[in-house]
Amino acid sequence: MSTRMSSRMVHAHSNYYQSRKLRQRVGMAVLIAVLTALAMIILMPLWWMISTSLKSLNEIMSYPPTWIPESFHWENYRLTWSRGNFTRYTLNTLLLAGVGVITHVLSNTFIAYGFAKIKFPGRQMLFTVMLGTMMIPGFVTLIPTYIMFAKIHWVGTYLPLMVPGLFGSAYQIFLVRQFYMSIPNELIEAGKIDGASHYYIWWKIMIPLAKPAVVVIAIMTFQGAWNDFLGPLIYISKESMFNLQIGLQSFKGQETTQWHYLMAGSLIVLAPVIALFFFFQRYFIEGMNISSGTKG
Amino acid sequence: MALSVDKKRSGLQQRKEARQGWVFVSPWIIGFLAFTAGPLLFSLYASFTNYDITSRHDWIGTTNYRNMLFHDPLFWKSLWNTFYYVIFSVPLTTLGSLLLAVMLNRKIPGIKIYRTIFYLPSILSGVALYILWQMLLTPGTGLVNVVIGWFGVEGPAWLVDPAWTKPAIILMKLWSVGGGMLLYLASLQNVPEQLYEASEIDGAGVIRRFWHITLPMITPVLLFELITHMIGAFQIFQEGYVMSSDMNTPGSPMNSLLFFNLHMFTKAFKVFDMGYAMALAWFLFVVVIVLTIINMVLSKYWVHYEGGDNR
Repeated sequence: MSTRMSSRMVHAHSNYYQSRKLRQRVGMAVLIAVLTALAMIILMPLWWMISTSLKSLNEIMSYPPTWIPESFHWENYRLTWSRGNFTRYTLNTLLLAGVGVITHVLSNTFIAYGFAKIKFPGRQMLFTVMLGTMMIPGFVTLIPTYIMFAKIHWVGTYLPLMVPGLFGSAYQIFLVRQFYMSIPNELIEAGKIDGASHYYIWWKIMIPLAKPAVVVIAIMTFQGAWNDFLGPLIYISKESMFNLQIGLQSFKGQETTQWHYLMAGSLIVLAPVIALFFFFQRYFIEGMNISSGTKG
Repeated sequence: MALSVDKKRSGLQQRKEARQGWVFVSPWIIGFLAFTAGPLLFSLYASFTNYDITSRHDWIGTTNYRNMLFHDPLFWKSLWNTFYYVIFSVPLTTLGSLLLAVMLNRKIPGIKIYRTIFYLPSILSGVALYILWQMLLTPGTGLVNVVIGWFGVEGPAWLVDPAWTKPAIILMKLWSVGGGMLLYLASLQNVPEQLYEASEIDGAGVIRRFWHITLPMITPVLLFELITHMIGAFQIFQEGYVMSSDMNTPGSPMNSLLFFNLHMFTKAFKVFDMGYAMALAWFLFVVVIVLTIINMVLSKYWVHYEGGDNR
C-alpha cells in the first residue's frame, strides 16, 4: 500500500516536473524568437545603410526597393571622399580627439587622486559640489562660456574645444575616483615610506593600476570628440577647420538627396566608432559597471 | 617631550598632506569657477540685461522674462515641442530598455551576440545617424514605410508632416534603447538568487515575481536613469537642427522640430540677442530643477533601498 502510494506520488511528481520543463522549453523558444525578431529590426537600418551606399542613384529611386544592390558601386566611397573635404575633416577630428584624450586622462586621473587618496579638510564638501554639477544641464553655461571665449578672442580657434579638458570633467573624475577606491591604501603608504611623493605615486603607481578606468575615459572622450557637434558649430566657422560632424552636415547640404553618397559619407564617419566598439567592447561594459557601483 | 615633537611633526605632516590634497583637486576647482559657477552667475545677471556681446549692455529688469511669456509665440511653441518629446521619449525608452534587459537576463544560447546587437545602435550617434534616419523615414521609398506597407498600412509622411516629426524622432530614439539596457542588466544580475528561489517555493508566477522582487530591487537604478534621462531629454537640440525638412530653417517644417534649446541657439547665435537667450536658458534650467526635485520627493513612495533607508 505504502509503496504503491509513494510510487504514484513519484509518478505524479515526475509528470509535474515534465510539464514544467516543457513549459520552460516553450517559453525559451518564444523568447528566442522574439529576441531574434528584435535583432533583425535593429540590424535592418544598418543593412539598409550599407546597401544604399553601394547602389546607383537609379536603383535607390526605383520601387519596390532592393535589399541587395544589383551591382556593387564601390566607387561611391571614392567619389564621396573626393566630393567632400573628408581628408581635412578627418585630420581635424583626429587632432581634436587626440588632444582631448590626453588632457582628459591626465586631468581626471590627477584630480580623482586628490578626492580618493588624500585626506584634507573640505574634501567631502568639494566632492558633493562636484557630484551636484553633473546635474547642471550644459545649455545653461553654453552662452556665457561662449561670451567669455569671445572676449579673449578664442572664437574661431580650437582653444575653446581643447582647453576645458585640462580642468577635468565631473563624471570622469567620479568614475576614476570610484576605481581608485578599490586600490588598497597600503600601496600608497608603502610608496610614501620609500620616500615617494604623491605626484610620483599618481604617475607611477596609480595610473598603471587604474588602466581599465583610464581606457574607459579615453574611449569616452574619443567618442565625445568624434561626435562633437555643438562645440565646433558655435566656435568654428572656417570650412578648413570643420570636424567630421560639421563637415558631414555641410556635405549633406551639398548633396541633398544623393543618398548613395550621403550613406557612404555617414558610414565613413561611423566606421571608426563601430571598430572601436568591437575592439573595446569589454571596456564599454566596464565603464557602466564602475559608474553604477557594481564594482569597487 | 619626544611625544610633543612627534605630535608637532605629525601636525606638520597633516598640513602638508592637506596642502597637497588641494593641489590635486585645484584643476577641478579652477574649472568649476571658470566654466560652471562663473558662467551660471553671469548668465543669471545678464538675463536681466539687453546684452548683445558688442554694444548694448543695459539693465532692463524683467523685460526679457516678460517678453518671453507674453510676446514670443515661438517660446511657447518650442516649450511645447520639448515637453512633447520628454513626455513620450523618457517613459518609452525606459520601458523599452527595461524590457530588453529582462528578456536578456536569462541563460540563452548566443546571449552575447544578442547583447552586442542590441547595444550597437546606442553607440551610433551624431549627424551620420540623423542622415540615416532621414533616409529611412522618406515617405515614398524609405525603409520604415516599406516595412509598414507589408502590413497593408500606408505610413505617414514623417519628417515632412508637422504632426509626425516628433513621433519620428521618438521612433529613432527607440531604436537605440540598448544603451540603457546594459545598465539595467547589470543591476538585474545583482538581485540575489535566493529571493527568486524563495518566491518559487511560494508558487509565485513570472509576472508576480517581476513585480514584487525584480522591480523593487532595481528601483534605485530606475530613479537614477529617469532623472539623468529627463535632464538629457530636455536638452534635445541636434535632432531638430539636422533633421529639419529644410536645411536653411532649423526646426522646420512649421517649427515642429523647434526645440527649446534650438530656439535659444537661434536667439543667441543668429540674432545675437544674448540677454534674451540667457533668460530662456535660465527658465528651462529652473523647470528642470523643479521637475528633478519633484522626482526626488516622489521617489520615496516607490524607490526601495535594500539598506532599509526607506523613509
